[in-house]
Amino acid sequence: MTPTAPASAPADTSVLSLRSISKTFGAVAALTDVDLDVAPGQVVAVVGDNGAGKSTLVKVLAGVHAPTSGTITFEQRTVTIDDPATAHDLGIATVFQDLALCENLNVIENLFLGREINALRLDDVAMEVRSWELLRQLSAKIPTVRIPVASLSGGQRQTVAIARSLIGDPRVIILDEPTAALGVAQTAEVLNLVERLRERGLGVIMISHNMEDVRAVADKVAVLRLGRNNGVFDVQDVSSEEIIAAITGATDNAVSQRASRRQGATTTHEGAPS
Amino acid sequence: MTTTDQPAEQTAVATDLQDERLRRSSGLRGTVDAQVRRIKDGDLGVLPVVAGLVVIWGVLQALNPIFLSSANLVNLTLECASVGIIALGVVFMLLVGQIDLSVGSVSGLSSAIVAILFVDKGLPVVVAIVAAVLAGAVVGFAYSLMFNRFGVPSFVITLAGLLGFLGLQLYLLGAQGSINLPFDSGLVKFAQLWFVPPWLSYVLVVLAAGGLLVTGLAHSRKRAAAGLSHRGLTDLGVRSAVLLLLLGFVVFYLNQTRGVGWMFVLFVGLVLVMHYLLSRTKWGRSVYAVGGNVEAARRAGINVRLVYTSCFMLCTSFAALGGVLAAARLAAANQSSGGGDVNLNAIAAAVIGGTSLFGGRGTAFAALLGVLVIQSISSGLTLLSLDSSFRFMVTGAVLMLAVALDSAARRTRASSGRA
Repeated sequence: MTPTAPASAPADTSVLSLRSISKTFGAVAALTDVDLDVAPGQVVAVVGDNGAGKSTLVKVLAGVHAPTSGTITFEQRTVTIDDPATAHDLGIATVFQDLALCENLNVIENLFLGREINALRLDDVAMEVRSWELLRQLSAKIPTVRIPVASLSGGQRQTVAIARSLIGDPRVIILDEPTAALGVAQTAEVLNLVERLRERGLGVIMISHNMEDVRAVADKVAVLRLGRNNGVFDVQDVSSEEIIAAITGATDNAVSQRASRRQGATTTHEGAPS
Repeated sequence: MTTTDQPAEQTAVATDLQDERLRRSSGLRGTVDAQVRRIKDGDLGVLPVVAGLVVIWGVLQALNPIFLSSANLVNLTLECASVGIIALGVVFMLLVGQIDLSVGSVSGLSSAIVAILFVDKGLPVVVAIVAAVLAGAVVGFAYSLMFNRFGVPSFVITLAGLLGFLGLQLYLLGAQGSINLPFDSGLVKFAQLWFVPPWLSYVLVVLAAGGLLVTGLAHSRKRAAAGLSHRGLTDLGVRSAVLLLLLGFVVFYLNQTRGVGWMFVLFVGLVLVMHYLLSRTKWGRSVYAVGGNVEAARRAGINVRLVYTSCFMLCTSFAALGGVLAAARLAAANQSSGGGDVNLNAIAAAVIGGTSLFGGRGTAFAALLGVLVIQSISSGLTLLSLDSSFRFMVTGAVLMLAVALDSAARRTRASSGRA
């Protein structure tokens, strides 16, 4: 909010801003100078090829890994996220790709894991009531909350994981590949869920491989390539091809266009059967 | 609250029963049906160990009619306490998916400490006991440092502990090799002579059954108020009545001779306290979570290291307390205290009682039930004047059976979706 802020200061509207985030694992730079902004009620898709640093970015935000350098600004305050509990206390909830559910615990126990109501005398009635409220809000199709998560299907587990992230009223939700393991109908339901999160005014960061999903729900697309920013696009103004070009590094300039034309010409001359 | 047997049907269907895919059943019959279904699905709970106990008692009674006599059972309960308390600690290690192989050595060390401080140094008995249990806690803390800081597997840490603390015990006992505790001390009397007065034992039984009924009713009412399904009055009443009759009969039978020993009451009390901590507190949930999926627990913001530390320390503290009681029961601490089969019996008791070796499954009652099985075998075979060779073989077979059952039930659970 200060007018003297440096040039790369986060926009006033964003709830979460990353500036020059770097993360190295030994000699490997997983993230280099990555910037990212999320505003309330905005869905930002983070896309990138394998090894682009998407999961590392998620883990930095979730407090699993500390960034090597860079600043994280949350609601106009510079914060450090040392551990998952800090991230959650700030209001950053993460749904991991592997969902991170305890299969031996039931749905209620998983939803409230680490945030149980009344630590010394668990209020299981209140927790069960709240569980049903949450699951109904998300139109979840879970027959009973008293069965272990091991017996739920993939889509049901995804719903439980998303419902869990909503406990404690977060401001930002990070979804890591939420539709990767799901069927057609379940994917649609998760996308509906994402839209419901946006309507509630939450900032959503969605990691995805699936261009259709990204175009369906995201407002902005941030592309990572080899651990660096490779463009931020508004979904309305960009085609899937352009996003894919940014992901693969085949940026749309004269040189690459010419190169691809020439290559296309060569292959035709050689008469390779298609 | 007169027709509480049909809770859901009167008004709207309870919040948790609205899905049409749910098999609905209510009242006493519903409870029984649900139990039968659980067992069929491989969620065996305490059934195998109770069934096993009945079989073992039947066989031993057939072989020697003294076995189920009141006098022998009183003796059995007293023998249970020390190993049972050690097994209670082992349950916590197994719940977080780790193991402590050194409980025998730690209990032996603690026997030696209490005897040296109390007899040789002449300190008050309470001070000696507290010091011994604290020493146990320190051992657990040291283990947890090795485990959390250096990531050494618990199996190896405690194997080293097994050797190291056995050595320390022998060193402390030194040339004497054995220290006798005076028979007129409170500690020895507690373990050998002090019994609950009959009237008080019945009062405790009534309190237990009444407590179950009252808490059950309060819980049921709270669920009803929140619009959830709840147990009916008859259901709760029958449950409490069964407990009342069962405990009442046990206490009545034990009271035919010496009665219920305070040491056994201490053991059962600790089991109940630990059961509460495991099932009704945030810490207990985190223990199960760490045993089920460490990474998920960590990401849920649970301080995983703290959970491990608490379980390591509880385990060794209980091992030390068990050692104190063993010394009291024997009225001596010697070089073989905590040696021999104590270690194996304690771990076997936790497993036989239904604690899964794979982590995340089991209750505090596993220690109570498991140690009853182990000590029954031991006591029965001693009555048949068979030496320890047979005892080891039979206990080994029962342990094998228990683990096989755990693994088989695990498979059934997986196929019927019960984790």
